[in-house]
Amino acid sequence: MKLSVWTYEGPPHVGAMRVATAMKGLHFVLHAPQGDTYADLLFTMIERRNHRPPVTYTTFQARDLGSDTARLFRESCLSAYERFKPEALLIGASCTAELIQDDPGGLGAAMGLPIPVIPVELPSYQRKENFGADETFFQITRALAKSLPRTKTVSANLIGPTALGFRHRDDITEVTALLEDMGIAVNVVAPFDATPSDIARLGAAHFNVLMYPETGEAACRWLERTFDQPFTKVVPIGVGATQDFVQEVADISGATARLDTSRLRLPWYSASVDSTYLTGKRVFVFGDGSHVITAARIAKSEMGFDVVGVGCYNREMARPVRALAKELGLEALISDDYLDVEAAISEASPELILGTQMERHIGKRLGIPCAVISSPVHVQDFPARYAPQMGVEGANVIFDTWVHPLVMGLEEHLLAMFREDPEFHDAAGPSHHGHSAPLPPVEENPKPQVASGDVIWLESAQKELRKIPIFVRGKARRNTEAFAASQGAQEISVELLYEAKAYYAR
Amino acid sequence: MTQANVAAGSCADTPVLRQRGQHEVFCGLTSIIWLHRKMPDAFFLVIGSRTCAHLLQSAAGVMIFAEPRFGTAILEETDLAGMADAQTEIDLQVERLLSRRSDIKRLFLVASCPSEVIKLDLETAAQRLSRMHAPKVRVHAYSGSGIETTFTQGEDSCLAAMAADLPTGTDDGLLVVGALPDVVQDQMMNLLDRIGVPNVKILPHADSSNPPAIGKNTKIALVQPFLGETATALERAGASRIVAPFPFGEKGTTAWLIAVAEAFGISAQHVLNVTEAARNRARHAVSKEAEALTGRTVFFFPDSQLEIPLARFLTTECGMTALEIGSPYLDRRLMAPDLAEIPQGPVISEGQDVEKQLDRARAAKADLTVCGLGLANPLEAEGMTTKWAIELVFSPVHFYEQAGDLAGLFARPLRRRALLEVNA
Repeated sequence: MKLSVWTYEGPPHVGAMRVATAMKGLHFVLHAPQGDTYADLLFTMIERRNHRPPVTYTTFQARDLGSDTARLFRESCLSAYERFKPEALLIGASCTAELIQDDPGGLGAAMGLPIPVIPVELPSYQRKENFGADETFFQITRALAKSLPRTKTVSANLIGPTALGFRHRDDITEVTALLEDMGIAVNVVAPFDATPSDIARLGAAHFNVLMYPETGEAACRWLERTFDQPFTKVVPIGVGATQDFVQEVADISGATARLDTSRLRLPWYSASVDSTYLTGKRVFVFGDGSHVITAARIAKSEMGFDVVGVGCYNREMARPVRALAKELGLEALISDDYLDVEAAISEASPELILGTQMERHIGKRLGIPCAVISSPVHVQDFPARYAPQMGVEGANVIFDTWVHPLVMGLEEHLLAMFREDPEFHDAAGPSHHGHSAPLPPVEENPKPQVASGDVIWLESAQKELRKIPIFVRGKARRNTEAFAASQGAQEISVELLYEAKAYYAR
Repeated sequence: MTQANVAAGSCADTPVLRQRGQHEVFCGLTSIIWLHRKMPDAFFLVIGSRTCAHLLQSAAGVMIFAEPRFGTAILEETDLAGMADAQTEIDLQVERLLSRRSDIKRLFLVASCPSEVIKLDLETAAQRLSRMHAPKVRVHAYSGSGIETTFTQGEDSCLAAMAADLPTGTDDGLLVVGALPDVVQDQMMNLLDRIGVPNVKILPHADSSNPPAIGKNTKIALVQPFLGETATALERAGASRIVAPFPFGEKGTTAWLIAVAEAFGISAQHVLNVTEAARNRARHAVSKEAEALTGRTVFFFPDSQLEIPLARFLTTECGMTALEIGSPYLDRRLMAPDLAEIPQGPVISEGQDVEKQLDRARAAKADLTVCGLGLANPLEAEGMTTKWAIELVFSPVHFYEQAGDLAGLFARPLRRRALLEVNA
């Protein structure tokens, strides 16, 4: 047993639902108790979908357990088939149904329906949502994809976008445009908006673009083995990654590498003098592995930030994230325990968090601004406007999104200049955030001459400490106290404060 | 509302349509979201799966708390292997939790679908843990599983477990049963105080060190319609239940207060005198909101068991006509006073086959469809105007001062649709 308060990923059957809901003409019969239907509202509310997810839940109750839950499952399959007339039926079980061992796969296959019936194993007590999506799409692909002659002109499938994905809708548009600029057509996008007959056509593409390794890698590997279709490894988020992606596509397809940068603004925005204030901003990056890896590269090489923490919640991506951390001289945080992540962020005292909706809440509590880069998602992550993460426009969107929570360049100078004025106190925060400005942590206002452990802060040193930007003040305070202790000092003076600063400066 | 009004033209004897199929409802775990707020010294520990944790997080909507007073001990492959292990694991998790959270005085072990299917005995675990952690922490067990409970039945199941553990007493007094938002609870206490009802206590009680006593002189009044099991447990302990409609709107609140007062020998006229100003305010507030509702039709999908009392409010105080009133579970014993007020006509349904009910809702084309969040946007996209049922559970809607707000919750979707000039 493991105590969990907030979770980054749902159970695997929610991953299966993300695939089924993304598709058209497919129906999912889920053997599940009453109450598991809550998952519908993730799609209808968070993503504002205007259709119910194509899922029939058997919704068994205690009284059914004594009788015949298997019959209930068969009846649900039949009535779902008759009502929705899908091209293919996906069947699976949620955590409780897994325990009663009705073997939905076997039951479904034995019903003799005139359509493909695709069973999927969703081990609820071992795996999570991303696995469920990846496995489900792999099983659907394996069951339906056929060996076909390649299209006459070079074409690619876009693999991985699902329902409830972080900006998947707009990334598809952006990647399609990247390929079109190189004269490459999109054969099938899947699972997003694909029908079972579209899945059957996957084999006609010359190669696959693996947009999201979390949800599409198993299918891409199978397509590579079975139909000899290579797949891309670079996720085109950020300027450098987009350039690398274009080159990789050229290498795979034989097309000429071509990237239209006429609307790419990130490099100039980042070079312009107002962005000087971004230099060395300390950022903590956390999310799903793929988005973290791309975000860390952008943070370091395209924004000029200092990455002070990096990690992911999906263990499947632990290896590449650890490798990345090593490159950055950091220890990767691989954890889906929200309290661990909060502790690590608090310890690192970053000036900006690049995280998920979970880290946004952590940031609110710690008074640290946060920009969202990855699932888990919130209704805010489905904006009405076009807001991709991938490609040229994705890079532009990322520049804006990451800079927005910070105090603007010129504004930061003004804040330093007018620090003592009542309107410009530390806690005021960015002026464009109105009343939602983050408040500083309470511990940051120590009384003068207060003993902290065995050392005493002199009033002049206290005053000096308050001049240090609020987001690093906690760390400066702790470092100075540790330094004082190591020196055997009883009091902290301004001089000692600066000695400590020099000592810890890299 | 007097007995004379209970005429042949009501829903009192309407046959109930029962269908079996997919239920589009929450499980009882969801009620932890509001229950934990009513008991500041309690922690709710669900023994369940990742699905349970995900549900609680999704139902809570946003994560407001760093470390909330609820959590899920997620069963893993190793726990499913043997029962003995699972019990030891529970002890371990509880030990760890209590050592970190010294503020916890009450711990609820909440059973889930998986824990019930593997027949994990949480009753025994609770007794053992109560002994281990006495006198500091009292441990209860109840079920919030989807195979046993629907949404608000989780509160019923929790309060029933608490009821079985209350001290016995001989005081003549009133026990009000059901969790209410603090603002509403304060208003209610104030009303009962002014009417002169003696010794009023509340279940769930906020402070675990001060539980209400139960005995043969105790009278209980429910403020929520989904508390049948709790009522039975309290009646078994000797208490007598005051029969009344539920305190929604001006009429419901007045009838509830009169029933309570009369049980203590206080006249109805005295209640009317004391509440005159509040009744006028409520009537005025409702009448303003009811402009958008009068003459319109309403269709209720099953959600919280509040459907029948709310349909009573909408039909008798807001001028609406009910076409179907669906309820996840219909406890006639508790619903009779409200059913008797609803004019005959609507289909009364219990349980659900959501596909068939959607067919009926589309055919009925009600002006307002009250349904869960999984159905609301899809129905809006089909051109129907909907009200999210869950807001009726989470918002302050009981008693006089909220009567206008309650009508407003139903009126807003209709007013909004009238305002929007661009087609979706």
